[in-house]
Amino acid sequence: MDAIKTFDLTKRYKEKTAVNKLNLTVGKGELYALLGVNGAGKSTTIKMLSCLTQPTSGDAELMGNSVVSQSAKVKAIMNVSPQETAVAAKLSVRENLEFIARVYGFNKKEAKQKAQKMIEDFSMEEYAKNKASTLSGGWQRRLSIAMALISDPEILFLDEPTLGLDVLARRELWHVIEKLKGKMTIILTTHYLEEAESLSDRVGIMSRGVLCAEGTARELKEQAGTDDFEEAFIRLTEEALK
Amino acid sequence: MRALIFASRNTKEITRDIMTTVFGIAFPIVLLLLLSAINNGIPKEYGPKMFNIESLAPGITVFGLSFLSLFSSMLISKDRTTSFVLRLFTSPLTPSDFILGYTLPMLPMALLQSVVCYACALFLGLPFSANLLVAVVVNLPVAVVFISLGLLFGSVLNEKAVGGVCGALLTNLSAWFSNIWFDTSMVGGAFKAVADCLPFSHAVNAARYAVSGDFGSIFPDLWWVIGYAAVLLIAAVTVFSVKLKKS
Repeated sequence: MDAIKTFDLTKRYKEKTAVNKLNLTVGKGELYALLGVNGAGKSTTIKMLSCLTQPTSGDAELMGNSVVSQSAKVKAIMNVSPQETAVAAKLSVRENLEFIARVYGFNKKEAKQKAQKMIEDFSMEEYAKNKASTLSGGWQRRLSIAMALISDPEILFLDEPTLGLDVLARRELWHVIEKLKGKMTIILTTHYLEEAESLSDRVGIMSRGVLCAEGTARELKEQAGTDDFEEAFIRLTEEALK
Repeated sequence: MRALIFASRNTKEITRDIMTTVFGIAFPIVLLLLLSAINNGIPKEYGPKMFNIESLAPGITVFGLSFLSLFSSMLISKDRTTSFVLRLFTSPLTPSDFILGYTLPMLPMALLQSVVCYACALFLGLPFSANLLVAVVVNLPVAVVFISLGLLFGSVLNEKAVGGVCGALLTNLSAWFSNIWFDTSMVGGAFKAVADCLPFSHAVNAARYAVSGDFGSIFPDLWWVIGYAAVLLIAAVTVFSVKLKKS
């Protein structure tokens, strides 16, 4: 079954077309990396898929639910870890997790249990009582992802999850993301090409609002005639820009 | 139910900010103590005293409520400028959950502020009576005025601007035009006309009538405040909903 399917998904802002008739299919349990230079349309695509903005035309279905006409159902089955760390500053790690669990409909007892599991899964026991604002950038990002996972989403959007993190923190988060593979459908946007190559099952490259290349990292390298993924990305993007 | 969960989070965010305690509780109490001390220091031969506790306490309770605008607008504008609100926008929270979640925590805070101020005033010589309970209730419409202004400004201004508008401008305006510090009829003219058009002096008058037990006089003034509360609440909800959709 397809987890995500878009049908000529389009978003226009006045004169500018941010996403143009996008037809994208992501399988259930797949980790799909969406790449592109700034302004390629990745963020707008994620915004439409996560019901943050309405498409100008076209539609998308998440587990068979339309983002246009069934946004409440879509919101219940997906979760987002936004680009910047998205935590409630004055709430503790545990309170942040319990708050999100309750927003997604879990009762008090379930929320407590789920928060405890997330704290254990993400090795946050030491910081569980600490206010989110006192955590380092890496731990805040870790909490942010845990908050996205606590609702047991069928589809998870990870928007630049490792942006601004140091190498060690980034590698740690890679391990976290690797553990999630297969358990849910994940859409990952990133500017770190090695991240996309290492983590994703398939990669889509967007340019000027259009999906210009798609395949596994190996297929894209073959398509571009190079062994280097970064070089392949540059060649495929430049080709699309011509 | 989700609105209450969101309201609980907002209550924690606001009450864990030291500024809430400082401006919401401590500052009005300091003003009460200070002005009472000044009042007691004025010799009898200088005429009637300015800050009798019976008229000062109701005024300070209304002035203290003006900080509700600051608390709610700061939280909303801060949420708006962080990715946290993006997370919430993609969650099952509905626009009405957002509005209720941001406004509900303010009402118990308003009640608490008024109760603490009147409790402090009791120690400064305000006679204890059931009228004080009526006065606490009479303050609720003006609390809604300030909460609505907070929702309104928090929806359209950034965190820095909100501090200026709600923290400085609004608190000053509500103080000058409120009859708390001086009788606006002493200034007269346009100043008095503006004061009469705004809800602040009417809120203070209504609270004073309540404290003195002159319940029959409360309503002409309180209608003004209720009218402002209704209009501002509708405006705030409309603007907030529009901004939510645009976000």
